[in-house]
Amino acid sequence: MNFTDIHTLMPEIVMAVLALAVLLSELVIRRKETVGLLAIVSVAVTAYFIPTSFGTVFNGMFISDGYSVFFKFIFFTCLILTVLISSRYLEIERSSHGEYYALLMFATLGMMLMASAGDLIVLYLGLELMALSLYVLTGFIRHEYRSNEASLKYFLLGAFSSAILLYGIMMIYAQTGTTDINTISSVLTEKKATVSLLLSVIFLLVAFSFKIALAPFHMWTPDVYEGAPTSITAFMSVGPKAAGFAVLGRVFLVGLYPLQINWIPLLIGLSILTMAVGNILAIQQRSVKRMLAYSSIAHAGYAVIGIIAGGNEGVSAMMNYLLIYMFMNIGAFSILILMRSEDFLGESLDDFKGLAKTHPLTAGLMLLFMFSLTGIPPTAGFIGKFYLFKAAVGAGYTWLAIVTVIFSAISAYFYLRVVIYMYMHEPEGEAVSLSGSPSLGLALLISALLVLFIGIYPSPFISFARIVTG
Amino acid sequence: MLEFFFGYLSLVIIIFSLLVVLSKNAIHSVLYMLVMFFHVAGIYLLLQAEFLAAVQIIVYAGAILVLFLFAIMLLNLREELSAEQLTDGWPASLAVVAGLLLTLMLSLGGFTTTFNGSWSPEKIKEITFTKALGQALYTGYILPFEVASIILLVAIVGAIVLAKRRLN
Repeated sequence: MNFTDIHTLMPEIVMAVLALAVLLSELVIRRKETVGLLAIVSVAVTAYFIPTSFGTVFNGMFISDGYSVFFKFIFFTCLILTVLISSRYLEIERSSHGEYYALLMFATLGMMLMASAGDLIVLYLGLELMALSLYVLTGFIRHEYRSNEASLKYFLLGAFSSAILLYGIMMIYAQTGTTDINTISSVLTEKKATVSLLLSVIFLLVAFSFKIALAPFHMWTPDVYEGAPTSITAFMSVGPKAAGFAVLGRVFLVGLYPLQINWIPLLIGLSILTMAVGNILAIQQRSVKRMLAYSSIAHAGYAVIGIIAGGNEGVSAMMNYLLIYMFMNIGAFSILILMRSEDFLGESLDDFKGLAKTHPLTAGLMLLFMFSLTGIPPTAGFIGKFYLFKAAVGAGYTWLAIVTVIFSAISAYFYLRVVIYMYMHEPEGEAVSLSGSPSLGLALLISALLVLFIGIYPSPFISFARIVTG
Repeated sequence: MLEFFFGYLSLVIIIFSLLVVLSKNAIHSVLYMLVMFFHVAGIYLLLQAEFLAAVQIIVYAGAILVLFLFAIMLLNLREELSAEQLTDGWPASLAVVAGLLLTLMLSLGGFTTTFNGSWSPEKIKEITFTKALGQALYTGYILPFEVASIILLVAIVGAIVLAKRRLN
């Protein structure tokens, strides 16, 4: 790499420097909301360097292309929305420290590296940077037992899955003599699919399944998502999951593409199992937060269909789905944060009883996000699912699309149950007092507007995703 | 001769690794691990990776083991010392290890000695390992190298956030 190519790495460099600056700023800034504001400004500055960043440096080790830029756009939006919903919430949880925002930025930096990784070593390091920041953020409410427990569980299982990933990388390296994803692809085209190659594919698949919570490797998800601070749950279920999909796409659709015939059945099995586990177990949940955790597992099962379908169509459908999922999911979690006040958890289904009578606007927004998560038109959730089905049918997996529709129908039961509790039950006891703030309102506004906008007029987003993958 | 040394080192590593997990006294485990680390360093020397061997001894045998000892001494482990076994659930562990071993055995046939990249074994031999490693780390691999340093920073910040700060 020459110094003239520095523009390719500029977003990552700027993000790293600004994350360090935010970390230091906490020393002098007393009001922690200001640190959050600095984090948002940093994202804007980083995004400024994105349009000029296209290129490949370090012999293909770092790739900035349309694919990675789309994912970085998701990460940035996710970070901004998370900061917006965090500031008031952290005060309620009495955990308002500036390091929170710096760690969010470091996690985002890790995700950016993952999306741009052209080499398994960079991929692994980006993943560790993201994961390490998340372990800490999960346990950020230190005085709360379930936050500590979630952090420890996440750390142990995360370390375990990292070990599996390294084992897989080692096996791939031992058989191809390289860690470069493009070179792996060209070496593999000349090789037969041997048992040892298939075993290494399985190792990589298991490791990535842990990260994006595909069943049967999802068992950490409900506990971690429930125990983590709600703002971090919102962040984790969107950004890091999208980053996991970014590397899954890059490694499997580029590096391991020659073995596609072998890994597609595995991925289909994982996808169906994930949809089944996520949707069926979500039905039993009385806690809305835990229900959303299972729902997040199910949605990963849907999005995987994009990778199974492959090609421009499949990948762009997957990317769009993740983008849409971000708005509806962060929206739903924002409502949970809105319900949380000093002495009130506001996570149980019963807490939503009669919300439409006491707080009609909040109930209306929750209704919108629940409809979108179910996939009912004219919300964005419908558009996301529609293009996934279209890609699946186009690639010849009509039966898989039908299975997905069936599971979506099942999911309507637990999403719409929240709506029924809000609209058809009488309020119980004292009225829920909401803890709103301007920033939380802004996050809700952005999420709700985009859920509606993409639902009604999706073509700019669809064509954007097609162009960057084409 | 090389095979003899390799056999000796491997045998000691396997035996002492088993002792580490089977010993019921945590301090003994750490000391067994020390012996194991030294022999791993020996394997690196056999592969002419003298820098890795030195780092293995300085970082693992030196720093990390001392930390382990500190942690064990800070946690009062008296009750565990009298337990039959330090960890239960060993059948599951055995199954995992057996699975990994089986995987490795099945895969060995597919392993190749060809390489794809700019650092051939001959070239490394010519300019010596430490120099080659330094050049690789500070040129082609500078990006992962710097990312690793940020990871360490996050680890430090995280440890302080979770452990040090007083609650307000």
